[in-house]
Amino acid sequence: MPPLTEPALPTRRRRRAFDVSTATIALVAFSAAGYVYMRDGWDHFRSILFSDATLLLDMLPKVLGGCLIGAFVTLLLPREQVARWVGHESGFTGLLIATGFGIVLPGGPVTAFPVAGAFLVIGADAGAVVAFITSWTLIGHARTLIWELPFMGPDFVIWRVVAALPLPIIAGLLARAALRTGLARAP
Amino acid sequence: MSLAINLMLWVVVGILMLVAGMRGRGVLHDGLRNGGGELLRLLPRICIGVVGSGFIAEALPKALIGPWIGPDSGLSGVLVSIVAGALTPGGPVVGFAIAAAALKSGAGAPQVIAYSTAWALYALHRLLLWEVPMMPARLVWLRASVSVPLPFIAAGLAMALAKP
Repeated sequence: MPPLTEPALPTRRRRRAFDVSTATIALVAFSAAGYVYMRDGWDHFRSILFSDATLLLDMLPKVLGGCLIGAFVTLLLPREQVARWVGHESGFTGLLIATGFGIVLPGGPVTAFPVAGAFLVIGADAGAVVAFITSWTLIGHARTLIWELPFMGPDFVIWRVVAALPLPIIAGLLARAALRTGLARAP
Repeated sequence: MSLAINLMLWVVVGILMLVAGMRGRGVLHDGLRNGGGELLRLLPRICIGVVGSGFIAEALPKALIGPWIGPDSGLSGVLVSIVAGALTPGGPVVGFAIAAAALKSGAGAPQVIAYSTAWALYALHRLLLWEVPMMPARLVWLRASVSVPLPFIAAGLAMALAKP
């Protein structure tokens, strides 16, 4: 098996602290804040500000923890070994491994694709790759700890993650079924 | 619950730091620096998104949210949320700010779960701008097609699990 080359490494795009998405939300948020202030007055404005700032402060240590886990996993994870585990004959275990790999691999949803592409190149099963991407985007620790937790709070996140746990396996099985029955052609 | 999550999280961080430390002081140092730097880069976006979503929720017309995607909107609310998720452009700050604002202004939690699941799995702009250029197109469409039922399943499971 050829070694994993560049695309399999975590492609850390240089992310700016501020981008178009953030600028858009900032603009909408400032407008909304101004509207709420004029409609409801200072007291209501302050109570909203404080309740959201409190949630954020409570979540910050977890966000830092998520960032550190991401950084260390990037340095320590044996990617080639995992790639070998999700090959063509990997069966149901391959789907489970791919799902687990999606949970531990750091990075945002967009960085999943180069790694998944590299998996395919070295002969991973398409169902496992689908399970991996689904797992990464839905229950990856980066998404849940760094992004979802401060926005949605722990109760919602735990509930959503539990509801999402079977989805990567379902997606992987559906993908394999589609390939086997000829509904889709192998990539 | 918050404390338990913190504890678990920092135990994992501690173990990873230990393993990194055994590989060498350089690895430990790199990990700490990269992780801390990542937090600093993300912090402005998360702050604006989290605090902003509170005001956006307050400014939204609650009378409209309820019937469309409220807790009693059922399957049609789930469907509306899924379409909205597929059409949401932009990065994570946009998707999560919208989801948080919807939840705070009275949307049903299963509907919000359907929204964020659909947005994560098949937001159209991400499929076209990111996934297709980086992956074999056949795999992208295979993945997107098998993902179509997933937000429904997530919302259904969330309803079955009931609100915490």
